Amino acid sequence: MGIREMALMIPLLPLIGFTINIFFGKQLPKSVGSWISTLALIASFGLVVSLWGPIGAEPLGLHLTIGEWFSSSWAHISFSFHIDQLTLIMLSIITGVGSLIHLYSQGYMHDDENQNTFFAYLNLFVFFMLLLVLGSNMLVTFIGWEGVGLCSYLLIGFWYKDHENNDAARKAFIINRIGDLGFLIAIFTCLIQFNTLEYSKINELAGGGMITTGLATMITLCLFFGATGKSAQIPLYTWLPDAMAGPTPVSALIHAATMVTAGIYLVVRLSSLFVLAPISLNLIFAVGVATALIAAIIGLRQNDIKKVLAYSTVSQLGFMFAAVGAGAFSSAIFHLGTHAFFKALLFLGAGSVIHAMSGEQDIRKMGGLTKALPITHFTFLIGTLTIIGFPPFAAFFSKDEILAMAYSKSVWMFFFLALTSVLTAIYMLRLYFLTFSNSFRGTDHQASHLHESPLTITVPLVLLALASMFSGVLGLPEVISDYHWLNSFLAPAIKVQQEGHVSHFFEYCLMGVSVVALIIIFILVRKWCSGEKALQVNNGFWAKAIDNKFYIDEAYDSLITQNFARISKWTNGVLESKLVDGLVNQVSLTTLLSGQTIRRIQSGSTGVYILSMVLGIITLLVFQYLSR
Amino acid sequence: MSEIAFYVLSAIALLSAVLVVFAKSPVHSVLYLVLCFFAIAGHFILMNAEFLAIVHIIVYAGAIMVLFLFVVMMLNLNKDSDQPKSNFGKLGAVLTGGIMLLVLTAASKSADTSMAQVQSLGELGTVQSLGKALFTTYLLPFELSSVLLFAAIAGSVMLAKKDID
Amino acid sequence: MIPLLQQISLEHYVVLACLLFSVGVTGVLIRKNAIIIFMCVELMLNAVNLLLVAFSAHHHSAGGQTFVFFIMIIAAAEVAVGLAILVMIYRNMHSVDIDKLQNLKW
Repeated sequence: MGIREMALMIPLLPLIGFTINIFFGKQLPKSVGSWISTLALIASFGLVVSLWGPIGAEPLGLHLTIGEWFSSSWAHISFSFHIDQLTLIMLSIITGVGSLIHLYSQGYMHDDENQNTFFAYLNLFVFFMLLLVLGSNMLVTFIGWEGVGLCSYLLIGFWYKDHENNDAARKAFIINRIGDLGFLIAIFTCLIQFNTLEYSKINELAGGGMITTGLATMITLCLFFGATGKSAQIPLYTWLPDAMAGPTPVSALIHAATMVTAGIYLVVRLSSLFVLAPISLNLIFAVGVATALIAAIIGLRQNDIKKVLAYSTVSQLGFMFAAVGAGAFSSAIFHLGTHAFFKALLFLGAGSVIHAMSGEQDIRKMGGLTKALPITHFTFLIGTLTIIGFPPFAAFFSKDEILAMAYSKSVWMFFFLALTSVLTAIYMLRLYFLTFSNSFRGTDHQASHLHESPLTITVPLVLLALASMFSGVLGLPEVISDYHWLNSFLAPAIKVQQEGHVSHFFEYCLMGVSVVALIIIFILVRKWCSGEKALQVNNGFWAKAIDNKFYIDEAYDSLITQNFARISKWTNGVLESKLVDGLVNQVSLTTLLSGQTIRRIQSGSTGVYILSMVLGIITLLVFQYLSR
Repeated sequence: MSEIAFYVLSAIALLSAVLVVFAKSPVHSVLYLVLCFFAIAGHFILMNAEFLAIVHIIVYAGAIMVLFLFVVMMLNLNKDSDQPKSNFGKLGAVLTGGIMLLVLTAASKSADTSMAQVQSLGELGTVQSLGKALFTTYLLPFELSSVLLFAAIAGSVMLAKKDID
Repeated sequence: MIPLLQQISLEHYVVLACLLFSVGVTGVLIRKNAIIIFMCVELMLNAVNLLLVAFSAHHHSAGGQTFVFFIMIIAAAEVAVGLAILVMIYRNMHSVDIDKLQNLKW
């Protein structure tokens, strides 16, 4: 099997898994359906790994044209894949983390009767996500973009009998759609201005200086608007916390590791375009930092274990966008990779805890789970330490890199990001301590059911923990090693040089200060959580504001949703029923009336008929005679 | 001599035609129509179409008119069983008939009536020549007309049959 | 026999046929009795027959007379069927007045 066939099979295997499960899922037994999906994905991962060798060394990457799509005199769009180093990283993350989550879902969704449908949707989602990153032009990416939005809707609303889940799924889909408008406008603009949607050609044009700043700014702003929808940044982030209504593997896969990273991927793909528009980059920087900060503040007071992790995701995505805005594209990818590992780990661990607690998700009712869930506890601890940036775990390196790049761009932004890191540490440690430490605060019924999860759940947890621990080595900073593997690996794919240098002195300071700060926070939070004050309800003004997520959802509702509803009602009541319906009814009334009038010709009197016949003949003769 | 025959026959034909239309009793109308047919048969003889004249008398005056007479007598339509049309209707009818006449004459005025060759008409209307034309050039219509007659027979029998309850 | 047409031109026959035809048309329009109307239709057919024979003699072709032959056949068939229909109408409505045949009104 050649490289091209292998590359083609990578998205095809999950698609086959989807087809089998969606059509025959009801007939197949649960284990068969789920194993088909999981094995399809593991096979895909195997293919990706085997592609590392040939493509990793190839600077140009592999271009695979599947077929012509649109072809006109001035534009040429084909359905084709392009696999370069950036794609390889994304593919590895998607298939690797994806297969672990599939394995996990076998244990987690074991009792669900629609398990095979769940796996079908999971496979479909992976297929679309693979299309997104494999696409060589913006249109194929857009197919994947829309597809993952659809699968997100299907999976969030998987337990469809509960209406709240349906509302959350709809909210996610609609907000995504609003962002898609930006993406579409960018696609149209690119098509008209550049006559092509291929990434390689656009990057060439941008690199060659053929694009004006104004045009680049417009396209990149539209693209960023699309990215805010997909990657949950301000202003389109409100769907992500609500999306926690879906099953936990869904939250892990879609809202931690893959779909939300699509926005970052898109921006990095067209990095040469973004570099031409400094206004957009500054905007992205500011929005990223603001989102990170606000999400971290809201996360401080959440009491649902999954909601805390959701806001943490929004916050970390803000970090990634801040990196992009600072021009550090490969740092953003680095943090994307490490985030995929530790966030998936945290979500899966949370799922394991929820499973053990018989469905309880409020952390105020947990506690003292160390003895009962040893593996879960240990892996969750590793995940927590990673996210707060504790050395030598992965995020220490990726987060520090982002902080350093931010400092080289703007001291104020660096300050806010550092503040966000502190807040991250506080809320994550609060989450950890409230969930696992001290004594058990749940009911006796829950206590009797506490058990460690089966192997299908714990094996992925362990593997992800290992990944979190050791993936930092891929991007060691300058002070430690001269060779930043990830930067040099991605260099041919991301053509933009990463600027931003900080002095070695600053690096050492940053590392030292962060370690010390983390240790202090650890001790303080542990003390705080073991007391009673952590569990009390706080009714102060700021506390209430944060509890209600700064009332942003309510603001959206009254400003936008209600007005749209009013417009819809008016359009339906006036335009639709009076104008459109009225017009159509008028046409039919006219026909009716004319029919009623004309039918009087049928008087039934034979004499009149004969007379009209004769008159007709006379007329014919006259015409013939006259036309002679 | 033949001119006189022509004018006399034409007068008889026209007069009886008008009387067909305006006669009060249907039986009288039938009888006047028979007279008209005889006059027209006379015209045929004048034009040397002797076979056609005989056939005309046999078929029309002999068969069709007898049929008409049967029906009239069967339906017992004597005298004024029908009310005349309104005056307006009559006026309209006469007007239309007059217009028809005018148009027809105007239209056929431009017919080519030049006398091309005047040959002896001896062989034209005879049975032999007509039969030859009928059975060679016009064979298909001839055969089809037999089918037509068969259809007419079947149709009229089926139509006029009384339902056997 | 002296060819008749040397003395009586074709136009005479044309006028005669037109007169007969329009008398027939007037009869159709003026009478209410269905049988009389039928007879006036026969009158019209005969006018046409006359004209056809005249033209056939004038152009010295047998086609005209053959056509008259066929017209007679058709007239015979038509009368048979038409009178059968008339009888049916009389049976249903006990009158052959065409003003009473108004059922196909709107």
